Amino acid sequence: MDFIPHTEEDKREMLEEIGVSSIDELFSDIPDEVQVQGDIIGKDGKTEQELKQDVNKLARENVKPGDRVSLIGAGLYHHFIPSVVSHVTGRSEFYTAYTPYQAEISQGTLGWMFEFQTAISELMGMEIANASMYDGGSSAAEAVLMAQEYLDRRPIVVADNINPYYRDVIDTYLPDPDDEIIELSSKNGRINRDHLEQIINDNDDLAGLVVQTPNYFGIVEDLAGLKEALDDAFLIVSANPISLGLLQPPGEFGADIVVGEGQPLGNSVYFGGPLLGLFATKSDYLRYLPGRVSGKTVDDEGREGFVMALQTREQHIRRERATSNICTNQALNALAATVYLSSLGPDGLTALARINWDRAQYLADKLCRIEGVDLTWDQPFFNEFVLTVDADPELIWEKMKEEGIDLLHPKHLKRLGLDENLMIAVTEKVDKEDMDRFAELLEEEM
Amino acid sequence: METIFDKSKSGRRSTYLNEDDLTSKKPSDELDGDLLRGEKPGLPEISQPELMRHFVELSKKNYGVDDGLYPLGSCTMKHNPKPNEDLAATEEFQDHHPLASPDLVQGNLRLMYELGELLKGVSGMDGITLQPSAGAHGELTGMLMIRKYHEVRDELERRTEILLPDSSHGTNPASAAVAGFDAVEIKSNDEGTVDIEGLKEATSEKTAGIMLTVPNTLGIFEKDILEVAEIVHDAGGLCYFDGANLNAFLGRVRPGDLGMDITHFNLHKTFSTPHGGGGPGAGPVGVKEKLLPYLPIPVVEKTGDGYSFDYDRPKSIGKVNSFPGAFGVLVKAYSYILSLGDEGLKRVSDNAVLNANYLKEKLKDPYKLDYEGVCKHEFVLNGSGMGEGIKTLDIAKRLLDYGYHPPTVYFPLIVKEALMIEPTETETKENLDEFTETMLKIAAEAMEDPELLHEAPTETPVGRLDETQAARNPVLRWTESE
Ligand SMILES: Cc1ncc(COP(=O)(O)O)c(C=O)c1O
Repeated sequence: MDFIPHTEEDKREMLEEIGVSSIDELFSDIPDEVQVQGDIIGKDGKTEQELKQDVNKLARENVKPGDRVSLIGAGLYHHFIPSVVSHVTGRSEFYTAYTPYQAEISQGTLGWMFEFQTAISELMGMEIANASMYDGGSSAAEAVLMAQEYLDRRPIVVADNINPYYRDVIDTYLPDPDDEIIELSSKNGRINRDHLEQIINDNDDLAGLVVQTPNYFGIVEDLAGLKEALDDAFLIVSANPISLGLLQPPGEFGADIVVGEGQPLGNSVYFGGPLLGLFATKSDYLRYLPGRVSGKTVDDEGREGFVMALQTREQHIRRERATSNICTNQALNALAATVYLSSLGPDGLTALARINWDRAQYLADKLCRIEGVDLTWDQPFFNEFVLTVDADPELIWEKMKEEGIDLLHPKHLKRLGLDENLMIAVTEKVDKEDMDRFAELLEEEM
Repeated sequence: METIFDKSKSGRRSTYLNEDDLTSKKPSDELDGDLLRGEKPGLPEISQPELMRHFVELSKKNYGVDDGLYPLGSCTMKHNPKPNEDLAATEEFQDHHPLASPDLVQGNLRLMYELGELLKGVSGMDGITLQPSAGAHGELTGMLMIRKYHEVRDELERRTEILLPDSSHGTNPASAAVAGFDAVEIKSNDEGTVDIEGLKEATSEKTAGIMLTVPNTLGIFEKDILEVAEIVHDAGGLCYFDGANLNAFLGRVRPGDLGMDITHFNLHKTFSTPHGGGGPGAGPVGVKEKLLPYLPIPVVEKTGDGYSFDYDRPKSIGKVNSFPGAFGVLVKAYSYILSLGDEGLKRVSDNAVLNANYLKEKLKDPYKLDYEGVCKHEFVLNGSGMGEGIKTLDIAKRLLDYGYHPPTVYFPLIVKEALMIEPTETETKENLDEFTETMLKIAAEAMEDPELLHEAPTETPVGRLDETQAARNPVLRWTESE
């Protein structure tokens, strides 16, 4: 199957117009010795029906997700997605369009980008937001680069309880992570304030601090006083957007940059992508902002409209001096988030955050009543928490898998020095029966 | 224009959730008051029908490939096959967590593995990472691997420069810079390809590598590419091939056979996954054997027990994404390649090149062509001298009035008043003929009635927008007072 419309006659006429006798002639500029001989992938094409049969078969080599209960979070969360989301993102005027460089026929994209930027700023308690980055990890890395560039300083403090994958990405993005990163330890599940104070006292040239709330272990960090302690060094906060229906937004604590993974906002976990990097900051730093933004202006007759604003920061104008190399971003995922947040509204998001909080509390309480199971840290958490279990976590993981309950594999915690632990995420998709069953099964294992 | 915030009215809502009383604990019992949100977030409050109408109204102010010809050079705006959209939307693909046990997601892992194999075949490379999120992200990944390669050889300190032709895409120098290299520009010759003498002069013991786009952004095949590779390799540098333009020669030439060490793919161009109004894309990267150890982790591997993620790669550059890649996009690209097969892939490029050359022939007079000869998948017209005070921007805007998405304008920078046209293989001859007629009509208007162009567009929801105001006084979010 292909999607080429030409008849033999079309081709003949076109070749004639060009003045060549065959398509091969159009490739005569490529040296013979490097032209491919034979097949490159060794496959015949397929009709639509064959393709669907084959690819659906492949899909069925996965278990059916609807048949199982997933309690895995670790940065990506299974949330309920209302139908309006796919009905909007499925409009081909949106999904088959390119980046809105031609503003006059891209008011749709530019319009929702403006709405997205507004919704994300509101959520984060920040002045401005861009139209998206690749994912939560690259957003965090770009935030670090922005702080370093703005302040022209290198050392960056990174809390040891942020998502370890974000930390991995930051390490990859920084030219010299061993020299540039100062790791901030944690105490009883939250960042260690004494250690932070000491780091700040010992270093007068910090570019900033990266913290996450809820942190990787689900615990709500107390952001109060951090900005004051940091002075002009950047407070960079990574936040779960759903939690902000309940929690005070980082902007209220003086954050300079707020980043996060926007997948929970109306996007499937999709085996890890495409995701949605959120990036919000203060207006003062606008010229240092990475990525695209839509801005409001007027046309030649005074009508309001939107354009891609401040493109002089971007790679296609500024080239090697651009604020970032990002070009294609996560537009359709950002549209999904815009529709999702509009569909829930302030009351819906608040209710959703509360449901997540309630369920996690319910399950944690229930599990902690089991002998040999305890919360690892006695700290407030949002929709995810860590347990210490008096049994081999791998055996529990294995047993639950057989029972149709998926947990984060304990090796992901071992890497962080947590050897006898489980990390459990609960969203509105996990109902009471599933939680009760999980508790019963866990009790049997203890 | 009314935003969804203007339409908001307190008390309305589109989606309701099951609230339940599972716990008697309240957040305020557990959390310090300061940590609880004081004011609810200022999100829109709107009913479901009004929400749909709002976004449908917005969508009507947009233009996608499904609306018509989209000859946006360098962007490969071809048809996005619908079966691929449906396949990617199946629950089994959408709803698995990347940290789920590998034995539960063998289908996903097999798809990733097989896509990697297919891309190896397409590119002639020895290993693939599917992790990067877009072309520019792939470039950065490639640059970081070049860094690592030189670091391992203890040569990073002196190898600080990446060479780039002046026709290169903006992301190329930007990616080199993010990876910590200095971008060094090399001039193109009269034929629009790399000037070999200039390259020789620019190459030194400081050279970390070169980034080449082939066909280059003029749509011209880099005929001396083998010599370019030799010069750079002799100097100890590596060759990076920007594969965003692979639509030009699938099944005809492969970067891996051209002496190239690294290449990225834009699945959201060559392999027809939709652009989504700016993303999401996917920018897998292929490398030659000597760079395999540096690929980002994890890599999908096939063992006796099936497929799994391999994290145990001590020399890897690390991760460029938190999770292993834009899986949803990968499903579409995989489906596309399988539906075409070898013959289909070759037909893609054959017809993309046929369409481009046909359109070039039709438009090169009265528009001007700075570089003669056959082009590949795209070509660049010089839009200068078309009429009194007429700029390329005017031509582009007039095209909007005739219902077309304009070509890429003012890029590449080495052509005056550039109009970069990529028709793609999915356009009919009739579409190209009609577009030609329109372009010729606009050329005539430019001579006879230039005001028509200066005032264009008049048929669009808004006219030309004031970008200076948007830059000087940036309004980037809705506020109540408006
Ligand atoms: C030649 C070339 N290289 C790189 C890119 C960057 O790709 P992306 O937008 O996916 O980051 C593009 C796309 O605009 C391109 O045309």
